[in-house]
Amino acid sequence: MEADKKQEVHTHKIGIYLWIWGLLFVFSFFSYMVDYMNFQGLLRWSLIVFFMLAKAGFIMAIFMHLYWERWAIVNVLLWPMTLIGVFIGIMVAESYYTFFSRLFYFVVGG
Amino acid sequence: MSQFDITKLPQGPKGFVHDLSSDQRVFKGVPWGKAMMWIFLLSDTFIFSCFLISLMTARASTVVPWPPTSEVFGLMAFGVQVPLLLIAIMTFVLITSSGTMAIAVKYGYEKNRKLCGWFLVATALGGLTFVGMQAFEWSKLIFHDGVRPWSNPFGAEQFGAFFFMITGFHGTHVSIGVIFLFIFARKVFRGDFETGRRGYFTSMKSDYEAIEILGLYWHFVDLVWVFIFAFFYLW
Repeated sequence: MEADKKQEVHTHKIGIYLWIWGLLFVFSFFSYMVDYMNFQGLLRWSLIVFFMLAKAGFIMAIFMHLYWERWAIVNVLLWPMTLIGVFIGIMVAESYYTFFSRLFYFVVGG
Repeated sequence: MSQFDITKLPQGPKGFVHDLSSDQRVFKGVPWGKAMMWIFLLSDTFIFSCFLISLMTARASTVVPWPPTSEVFGLMAFGVQVPLLLIAIMTFVLITSSGTMAIAVKYGYEKNRKLCGWFLVATALGGLTFVGMQAFEWSKLIFHDGVRPWSNPFGAEQFGAFFFMITGFHGTHVSIGVIFLFIFARKVFRGDFETGRRGYFTSMKSDYEAIEILGLYWHFVDLVWVFIFAFFYLW
């Protein structure tokens, strides 16, 4: 009985894995193309981040089965990961300050 | 396990409230090994985040130009200089091994012992290929270009330290994963999960759930590479 339930919960047709596999190839190819075509500036960064998040999302949702998990565990995982964004924001501000100080003291002197 | 029928519990946000307020274990339908693997992966996420955020801080605050990764990791192929060629191939190899792992997990749950084992072996071979190419990349940078953690001929001196630390830590994860993939392929081929043979270290019986837990680790390694590829090599 329990084995039957597990079958129902966990196995999916092989097609969905092959589809995601193909999608990941396409996304990787495009993010490589961003470099190959030598895109620069905001276009480069937004494309890199978009393809990165798309790949990460598909890997987590389908390959790691998060899409089929209950919200209790999904939330435990995704909120701490989201908070990393706050950390990134803090360190961006910090690094600009360091950059400014270096420029200032290297040019003007202590 | 028989206190509740997982298919009859409320889903989505309602299920979230229900599970947290049920005065029982919270992660219903999640074996303890899987929950612990997820917690471990979450902590590993923080470690890799710290590395990549430090990289960002160093790059954004240095007054010396950062080495042009696109050229540094370029290779000559058929007489043409192709940017990031090896890194692109490594990315495709790792994604492929992630795909074979997902299929191995599926066959594991279907109790298809042989196919599960062979896909585990394929995954391990993909991982080995990846580590091999990484060894080639490291030796090229160390012996040919003379990159050191404290200096390099391309630009900002922090580059070497970040390169060896980040890709080294990731490569270690891949290597450990390959070892475990071979161990579990052997267990699957031997039929340990059918016969209830106890593990050498844990002395506990196991199940095909172990393959899914191993799969989580392997997909995580692929996931980290997605971010390293974006932030270290492409940015």
